[in-house]
Amino acid sequence: MTANSPASPADPIIVRRIRRVLGRVLVYALIFLLCSFILLPVAWMLTAALKPDLTPILTMEPEWFPTKYFDWNNFVRILTLESQPFLRFAINTVVLAGFNIVATVASCSLVAFAFARMRFRFSGPLFYLLIITMLIPWQALIIPQFLAFHAIGWYGTYLPLIVPAFGANAFFVFLIRQYMRTIPRELDDAARIDGASWFQIFRHVVLPLSKPVLAVVVVFTFIGRWNDLLGPLLYLNTTNDFTVPIGLANLAGRAGNAQYNLLMAANFLSILPPAVIYFIIQKQLIGGIASVGLKG
Amino acid sequence: MAVLKASDKTLSVRPSRRARRENLAAYAFLSPWLIGVALFLVGPIVASMVLSLTDWNLLYEPSWVGTANYQEMFSGDDRFFWISVGVTLRYAIVAVPLYLVAGLGLALLLNLKLRGMYLFRTILFLPSVLSGVAVAILFATLFNPDAGAINDVLRALGIHDPPRWLSSPTWALPAVIIIGLWGVGGGSIIFLAGLQNINPSLYDAASIDGAGPIARFRHITLPMLSPTLLFVLLTGLIGAFQFFDIAYVLGNGGVGGSGGGMGGSLRFYLLHMWLSGFSDGRFGYASAMAWLLVVVAGLVILVVFRTASRRVFYEEDPEQRG
Repeated sequence: MTANSPASPADPIIVRRIRRVLGRVLVYALIFLLCSFILLPVAWMLTAALKPDLTPILTMEPEWFPTKYFDWNNFVRILTLESQPFLRFAINTVVLAGFNIVATVASCSLVAFAFARMRFRFSGPLFYLLIITMLIPWQALIIPQFLAFHAIGWYGTYLPLIVPAFGANAFFVFLIRQYMRTIPRELDDAARIDGASWFQIFRHVVLPLSKPVLAVVVVFTFIGRWNDLLGPLLYLNTTNDFTVPIGLANLAGRAGNAQYNLLMAANFLSILPPAVIYFIIQKQLIGGIASVGLKG
Repeated sequence: MAVLKASDKTLSVRPSRRARRENLAAYAFLSPWLIGVALFLVGPIVASMVLSLTDWNLLYEPSWVGTANYQEMFSGDDRFFWISVGVTLRYAIVAVPLYLVAGLGLALLLNLKLRGMYLFRTILFLPSVLSGVAVAILFATLFNPDAGAINDVLRALGIHDPPRWLSSPTWALPAVIIIGLWGVGGGSIIFLAGLQNINPSLYDAASIDGAGPIARFRHITLPMLSPTLLFVLLTGLIGAFQFFDIAYVLGNGGVGGSGGGMGGSLRFYLLHMWLSGFSDGRFGYASAMAWLLVVVAGLVILVVFRTASRRVFYEEDPEQRG
């Protein structure tokens, strides 16, 4: 698919070439415009984050790039802020994400293996159920879930934010299943002739070969947990346990105008981990989504 | 699916010992998910149905009120209920198709083979990995009506009286939709993956037959992409129903004021449910809202599947006949 239309045979070569160059220029201009649309707000955020206290961050001429002020110290200040200690929040969030990653990878790969490689009763209906659970508006169920976790005394702990991950997320099961289906079945058969159990085939044959898709699941889980506001907001009640999104929302809620530089510093730091991870494994991420393919 | 059904049949005809053991092992592998579905899906759905018929604030025993919660919802006694339905529907009707078309357009652009495309993709997908909270905080400041960068730019372009955005009941929702447009690259990753799965020989064949770019798009790209379109449409609709983070930051404790923006202009359904439960302590009522959302989402999915099934084209996958 190219942007320039195919020239009819009657067109002279020169006209065709001009058209092609013009098309290229237009496409590049459009891409440049779109990239500015994405990057300028981020650059503006950095500019605001580097301003000293009491310097207005809202200016009549928008200051898109940091030129005058470079208060890098703002980042240190926000990490150790007494009311919202963001370093603490970051550690909390990483710990939560770590447990979620372990639970998600363990449960989802087991379930995906059964769907990808095994024959069992009701596999058809259960697969439909898997697809349906992908589309359930989970957030609608927060009220009864909250009441249940509250009743068993888990309110104010990390347990409600970790334990459900052992229940296998349907989307990740589907993602891993699609990938496992591409691994040759002959490997299973060979292992079975050697007397391997199903779990051994899973653990020593299929799982090691599924590393690329598991990497995608790890990253998606990390980014999802790092960004999640609703779950922690529901279950955590002491500042020491808070996660980064809660800290940000609180800071935004009570920031006087004077604190906007710190708010933007916190905001800027908060987007760094997902952005960096995304840059590093961009290729696998996009490949991982491509492998879903959405064919039953 | 065909494969799986066939295997069911073989099992029921002659369950050999090995097949029985495989069946048992498979259920052991499936058990985390089956337990998860029972505990975290079926349980809460049933519980919310029962709770929706009660009045409960966690402090006292729940008391049975029958359908009073539903009556309150539909009769208009809760003014914000219909406001929240309206906000959510308007968002779904405008934003979902808009992001679908924009995501597809962007994917077509990023699918061109041009120098530097890898870098452009990287940049354009970036916002989709960022948190709703961070994005909301950033744009709340950019949308500041008096001195925010967006109105600065609009004034420089000659619009003397730009919208008041988040401080205006009419412009708050459009502002939120524009914020979503910033992250539209997330949708185009999926489209791009779909585009790259299309066999290039189809385009070559069409070109030889004299099909122009528009004809190729209509008769090859769109049908080949229809499963992806359906997926994005469904996840977009579900996402619209449970839109929360940005609404919470902009409309709740955050920058925009209290309880869902000016005049409830950002009181999305889930935010209203959340506020009813955790701010007003009305868990029975919030459960009724949750139950209604699950039912409506189920119906919408069903309708979309029904109407789409005739238009979605699934390419024959030789692997599937296995």
